[in-house]
Order: sequence, then structure tokens, then C-alpha cells
Amino acid sequence: MAFADVREYTHLTDEEVEAIGRELDEIRAQVEADRGQADRDYVTRVITLQRRLAAAGRITLFASMFPPAWLLGTVMLGSAKILENMEIGHNTMHGQWDWMNDPEIHSSNWEWDTTQPAEQWKHSHNYIHHQFTNVLGHDNDIGYGILRMSRDQKWTPYNLGQPVYNALLALFFEWGVALHDLDIEAIRKGKKDPKLLKKQLKQIGDKVGKQAFKDYLMYPALSGPGFFHTLSANFTANIMRNVWSYMIIFCGHFPDGAVHFSEEELEDETRAEWYLRQMLGSANFEGGKLLHLMSGQLGYQIEHHLFPDLPSNRYADIAVKVKDICRRYDIPYTTGPLHKQYGQTLRTIMKLSLPNRRTTDNPAPLAPRKRRRLQDSERPTRRTELGKWSAAASA
Amino acid sequence: MTSAPIERTSALRRIRHLGKALTTPLSPDDYLALVNPLWSQRELRGRVEKVVPETENAATLVIRPGWGWRFDHSPGQYIGIGVELDGRFHWRSYSLSSTPLVEGKTVSITVKAMPEGFLSDHLVNGLEPGTIVRLASPQGDFVIPDPPPDKMLFLVGGSGITPVMSILRTLDRRGTLADATLIYSARFEEDMMFLHELRELAGRHEGFTFHERFTDVDGILTPEQLDDVCHDWMDRETWACGPAPMLDAFTDHFQRLGREDHLHVERFTLATAGTEGAGGTVTFGDGGPTVEVDGATTLLEAGEKAGVNMLFGCRMGICHTCDVPLAAGRVRDLRSGDEHGEPNEYVQTCISVAVGDCTLAL
Repeated sequence: MAFADVREYTHLTDEEVEAIGRELDEIRAQVEADRGQADRDYVTRVITLQRRLAAAGRITLFASMFPPAWLLGTVMLGSAKILENMEIGHNTMHGQWDWMNDPEIHSSNWEWDTTQPAEQWKHSHNYIHHQFTNVLGHDNDIGYGILRMSRDQKWTPYNLGQPVYNALLALFFEWGVALHDLDIEAIRKGKKDPKLLKKQLKQIGDKVGKQAFKDYLMYPALSGPGFFHTLSANFTANIMRNVWSYMIIFCGHFPDGAVHFSEEELEDETRAEWYLRQMLGSANFEGGKLLHLMSGQLGYQIEHHLFPDLPSNRYADIAVKVKDICRRYDIPYTTGPLHKQYGQTLRTIMKLSLPNRRTTDNPAPLAPRKRRRLQDSERPTRRTELGKWSAAASA
Repeated sequence: MTSAPIERTSALRRIRHLGKALTTPLSPDDYLALVNPLWSQRELRGRVEKVVPETENAATLVIRPGWGWRFDHSPGQYIGIGVELDGRFHWRSYSLSSTPLVEGKTVSITVKAMPEGFLSDHLVNGLEPGTIVRLASPQGDFVIPDPPPDKMLFLVGGSGITPVMSILRTLDRRGTLADATLIYSARFEEDMMFLHELRELAGRHEGFTFHERFTDVDGILTPEQLDDVCHDWMDRETWACGPAPMLDAFTDHFQRLGREDHLHVERFTLATAGTEGAGGTVTFGDGGPTVEVDGATTLLEAGEKAGVNMLFGCRMGICHTCDVPLAAGRVRDLRSGDEHGEPNEYVQTCISVAVGDCTLAL
């Protein structure tokens, strides 16, 4: 099956596909040319807000023995962690702010407030996930190697436990993310380079050590008699952040309507087809400005996947144009309220814990394909994490 | 960046270390900077205190540096300054025109607005006092020894006066301005920076001779005219700063006479050496794009051409903003011709070219 056979695109001619690509290129060019002071002001404002919130939360928790202070401090700290991970860290590490030429807000040296080292995240997320979005066997984000998220993934009795794994993944999401780039599947099959594995484990160990020391020793110790209160508050703030980011991320690719692809569709994929795959593989959710801020503008997941390195504050405007393209070319644009999107995701997780013969079809089925996880050297050269096409692919 | 004064004792270093444990993955500076932007040394910062007009298109920026600044520059050195303009940081280097003094708590640079230089124009005409700028520590070897040589000659063209001004002011302050000659060319009188101060200096110091030369009338100073203006120039230690053609002419002249050891030159543009590099395939990060480059294309240019967003600053090997670790392969420093190839060695992408295939860790 070639890309043109994907049901949602069969009505498009090759010329139309290329025209869509050009329109999207044009949107990118417009935003790139227009970036300036207002965008910088936006990100510095969010960073300032986040740092004040974090500092205020930490200080409030020195009084964590008083329940109202515990509650207030936890909410402030948890919100600061969410803002940092979603709107600031995620987007900065995508290179969205690199154009500012500011070494303090730059993808090359940003480190975020979670257990996964930035360098590994940039590989597993920016490179693997964003190039091979929703392609089975390529994109390790599909169920994070823990959950069966597609009917095309083989069922085993292990999957019966999905409701439990899902709850655990949500609670301890940062740990799932921390181990993400190790590629447990490759380790299990003995295909992982031991030198790389050792290096990655050391990086994770260093990062985890610093994070845990801060949240579970230093700040509790500074609270004196409130040691265990502050410890529980910090733990709760981390869980808050974990559950929230898990939910936002799962709503980006697993609501009904977000399509999974097979390796064959990757073959000879043009830039315009890559765009189309991003649009069809992603799902948005609707909500107010605050919701979008707290989710790192990932309610505009479709726009984010089209332009992962454009400033996040531009996605709302870009969405209007993308929606218009989808309407004109009759391409699905998956969106809905957050609760609906998550509800569908949860339903899929539950349903796929059972073998296919026990359940009815999902709305976007695909024929089973090869699903072996690939090493980098086996993957075709494609889009780079910084939004441009790699030399080999465009040559 | 510089090791900061507040870390000079081990106790303070321990406090900072503990502070870092509390603010990881950020640094304590990131929070302190919320209170006062100058309380950060992650990047040296400064606040513009005053913008003093010097000529119609030149101004002196008086800057109060923040934490980490050491006020120990040698007169004649330059600093990097990073200024935000329309959301984007631009870096340039300018000679310090102030004397190295801690008392004033400020440093100053003198900037001439260049016709094609949008940033220099902004610095001269658009910068508001109170603006926070980034700074890079003083560098450069266009300096005079202490004590200075008995007889000195300064050959200056245009904005090349700024490092020399810092030198002269320092000599004046220390009372060691003995026998010095300054030949300073500008297009016309109104275009000559520090003119009144220099005339006043010449009036006060018998041994200090100041030749004003206006190229609109007198033309450009040639090496052959040197004997007329300063007959004993062969006895003098010479410092020259100005436009590249002028410096080239004098460098040739001094070389021909075997006096190159007595000429100290400051160039404001990148001079390259040993460009006959092999080039090769450069890879930008794990799984990143790959480009074929020749031995003259810098890694920075190659990366930008490949669509990689790379940090850059001065683009002439001064500010170290563009440094990235080299994962594999060898590169050559265009200025010195030196090769670098240690794994994970930081290289300056703006002045380095590939020697064979290499990979940058991005």
C-alpha cells in the first residue's frame, strides 16, 4: 500500500497534494519572516511567570506542616513543573526559540525539570517521534512500548493488564519518558550498543540523582520538622505533572481519527506527503487560553507536528489557516474537547487490552505490517528535528 | 566564561554548589536575575548607564557590568556585546575606550555607526539608558607592556582610535605618557572622535605629538609618507589600528624593512590563514543533516546552509557563543591554521573548517 492509498487521501490528486504542501510551506515562511519582539516577549514572560511560581511554591512549602500551605505550595509547584515541561522545555528543545540567538533559551543547552536528560529526549522525541509520527515499528511513542495502541500491534496475554499499566504510566510518566530513549525493546533483543547503553544510563543516573536530591532531600531538609510534609508535597507535585503531561501527550495521537501508518507509506514519501501524514496522525483538543498554555500549546498538536520548530504562541493563528486548508481539500481535522479526546483514548487502551476478535474495529484501521523496532542506521533519512529536510532526502 | 569573583573562596564555591542543587536544572542565577538582571553570571550582563555622543555618528556607551565582571582588562582590549533587537540577539565586538578602573564601576565602549551596520546604528542612535545587554569578557593582545616602551607610535584610522584612546588615557592617568606620537586619520574634522580630548592631551604633555590628518583633503596616509610625519618612526614601537587596506600597507612596509616585530596590529575583521583545507562531509548531530563542504566554508555557514539552527555571535572567533563539541573528525582553525580533533573538544564553528569528514555533537 502506498501513501496515496491511505483512505483519507484517495480523493486527492498528486497536484493537489503538492499544492497543499506549498500552502503549508507558505505558512511556515510567513511566520518565520514575522518572528520578532512580540514572540520574545511572550516566551520571556512565560519563563518569568514559571520561575516566580516555582520559587513561590518552594517557599510556601517551608510551612508545609500547615495543611493550607501544603495544598497551596503543592499546586503552585506542580503548576510550575507543568509549565516548565510543556510550554517552556518541550518547545525550547524543539528549537522554537533558537532564532532569538539567545544562549539562555536555546535548544542546544536547555535542560528541563524532569528525569529524562534533554539530549536523549531530543533524539527519542524530536528525531524519532517527529519524523516517524505514528508509523508502527518506527515511532516508539506509540504506547511507549508499554501499551498496545493499535489493532495492528500483535496481542499477547500481557496486554490484559493494560488498564493497570496505563494507570501506572500516567502516575509515573516521567520515568517512562526517562527510559524512553534506551529502547527497552532493542535491549531485550540484544541489539543495543552496550557502549551507548552505558553512556545513556549514566546520563539518566546523573539527572535522576539531581532531581531526586532536590525534591526528596534538600527541600524537605530545609523545611526542618516539616520534612515529610514537604517530601509528600514534592512527590504530589511531580505526580500532578506526570498525570497531566501523560494525558496531553496521549490526546495528541490516540483519539479516534488519528491514523497509524505502516512502513510502506514511508517509501518515497514527499515533503507534501510528510505534511499530510502529520495532519492525519495528530489530534487536537479545544479549550481556553489557559488550557493551551498549560498544555504547551499541544492542543494544537496538528500544527505542532506540521511546524515543530515554529514558536508555540503562533499555533493558534496557524490553526485557523490549517483548518481552512483541511476544509477546502476535504481532509479530516481531528479535534474535540479535552474530555472527549481523552475518553476516546482511554476507550482504545481498554479495548486493545483484548485480542482483536473480541472487539469491534476502531475507526481508522490499517493492514498489519512489519513492526520490528528499527535502529537509526536502518531508518530512511528524512526530516530533521529542526524542521528542515536532511540533505540525503532532498538530494 | 570568566571565573567569577564571588567564587574566589572555597566557602562561597560550596554555597553556590548547594544553591545549584536547589535550583537544578537551572542555576541560582536564573532566579536571582528575576530580582536584578545584573545578578547573573550565566552570561555576563551589563546595564547601559549613559549614551554619550562623540561625533554625529559615534557614541560612547557607558556600561555598568553585573556579577562576574573583573575590571582587570588591559587597555587596548575589546569586549563582546550582545544586544537584543526585535527579539533577536546580535553580538559585536568593540574596543574598550575606558581605563581599567574599578572605582567607577563602569566600562565604556565607543561605537561608530557604519552605513551598512544596522546594529552599530542601533547602538549609537537607538539604545536607551537602562537597557540590559550581554557581555563577553575582555580579550585581545593589542596592548602595551607595563612599563611602556620609551618611544611609541600610534597609527590610527577612523574608529581604530578606540583601543588607542584607552591606552592613551591609561598612560595619562599613570603619568607614563612620555614620548608618543599619534597619527590619526579621519575623513574630516567633525568625523574625528575624541578630537578635543586629544588636543587637550597634547597640550598637557610635551612628549605627546598629535597629528590630525583629514583624508578628504590630505588623502590616505601611505607608508612612504611616514618619514615626513614622524622622522624617527624607525626608533619607535608601533601600534596600528584602522581599516584593513591601511593595515596591510603598513604591515608590508614593516616586513620589507625587517621591522615586523615592532608593529602591533589590531584588525576588526576576520583574517584567515591556511585556507587550503580538504573539506569533507560534516554531520550535524546524531541523525542530523549531512553536508559536503569545501575547505573554506566554515562549519557555521555549512550548518546554516543545511538548515540547522546554530548559535552564533561575532562570527569572527571572538565571543565563543558558537562553540559546540566535536563528536568525530578533525577541524582547522582558519585564523591560526591549527588543527583540532580531540573527541568532544569544543570548537568555534564560525572560524573552523572541516579537515575530512567530521561530526558535531549538537
